[in-house]
Amino acid sequence: MLSVHIQKRLPDFFLDVSFSVHREIVVLFGPSGSGKTTILNCIAGLVHPDAGQIALDGQHFFQQGKKPLPVQKRKVGYLFQDYALFPHMTVAQNIRYGMKAGKAGKPGRTDTETGLGRLLATVGIAHLLDNYPHQLSGGQKQRVALVRALATAPDILLLDEPLSALDADTRRQCQDELLRLHAEWNIPFLLVTHDRDEAEKLADVILLVEHGKIIKSRAATSVSQ
Amino acid sequence: MIETNLTPLLLSLKVAALSTSFVFVIGLVLARLMTQRDFFGKHLLESIFVLPLVLPPTVVGFGLLLAFGKNGFFGKLLAQFGIQIVFTLTGAVIASIVVSFPLMYQSAVAAFTSIDRRLEGAARTLGASEWRLFWTVAFPLAWPGLLAGFVLSFARGLGEFGATLMLAGYIPGKTDTIPVAIYFAVEAGQTEKALFWVVIIVSLGMGTTFWLNWWSRRNIRRYAQK
Repeated sequence: MLSVHIQKRLPDFFLDVSFSVHREIVVLFGPSGSGKTTILNCIAGLVHPDAGQIALDGQHFFQQGKKPLPVQKRKVGYLFQDYALFPHMTVAQNIRYGMKAGKAGKPGRTDTETGLGRLLATVGIAHLLDNYPHQLSGGQKQRVALVRALATAPDILLLDEPLSALDADTRRQCQDELLRLHAEWNIPFLLVTHDRDEAEKLADVILLVEHGKIIKSRAATSVSQ
Repeated sequence: MIETNLTPLLLSLKVAALSTSFVFVIGLVLARLMTQRDFFGKHLLESIFVLPLVLPPTVVGFGLLLAFGKNGFFGKLLAQFGIQIVFTLTGAVIASIVVSFPLMYQSAVAAFTSIDRRLEGAARTLGASEWRLFWTVAFPLAWPGLLAGFVLSFARGLGEFGATLMLAGYIPGKTDTIPVAIYFAVEAGQTEKALFWVVIIVSLGMGTTFWLNWWSRRNIRRYAQK
């Protein structure tokens, strides 16, 4: 379980949120600039709150007064807006980037390796391994970024508007994939979106965020898959 | 007509190669550090780094003489080890370093700043240490700008005259780099000799600017494909 208490002074408002995420999909829903990405960045460790506490399954990521756990040690998968794929590496190199090396210093035939094969098949990008990011469509980049984040076997997955740049059809496909992946991986997913339908479709719980505060928290009203 | 004594060419290449190697590493490291953090006095420090770019070479030469001359801080310190800087090739290398450093530094800062911060953030979330991040993400992505800085610094080191003359002097066979050789050839009325070296250095300069143009156009095209 991820437990989050963040207080942080931002240029336009004061961010003050408290919530927890179990092995479910929680959506942070709200207008642009309401602090949602900052919340994700605090959980990942890319920025730090001014005060508060962040812990995952009892392990402290951030605690006021103590040195925060470095990003590298947090086992957090992060799907960035615009995907942040390394442009100078192939899809295969991107995906392998976070994976532990095998005995010979190369990715070995570990569980991760065979799990990776399944993941690639589920998401359908195995044929793109030698391509470079600039050769991929938006939907393909999104899938590569997703596999790259999951290839490290993280304890939680953060997604920052992962589908906003996609056309409606691709978007629907990717939403279904996300739901399937979540059912398979059974880790907390924390997703940011400002698309109402998407929030309703994907979320188990929706947190409405506005001007740095959670103004409403409810279970999703639609029947999910 | 063709100059048989090619010492100025060898000296110039040696000075430029040594100073550029030094400047490349130090400029890269300092640029990386400065673009990663903010601290009090940062802008003042950066102004000092870039200062030789806007100062007249004679001012730079004067400053170097003050520091490395017989009565200078470094001069006295090095004299204890039997090392002399003034009127030596080492002096020429130091002068070259000081004037070409700002070029490398600015190129490196621009190169590192142009990297999308999210890429570095992504690398960190994937578990990369700062060291691994630098070698696998930052350095490869900054490379076009770093190489341009390297070439610019080399060209500047090759063409350094004013500060070099003041610190290293004109000692034929020892410190007569091409620009210095040209000056004294003109002084002595040896027009043909001067012309020979002018042609050499203009060719080297043209080669540099031509390559820089091609290289930067190629990189703009490469990233425009994304």
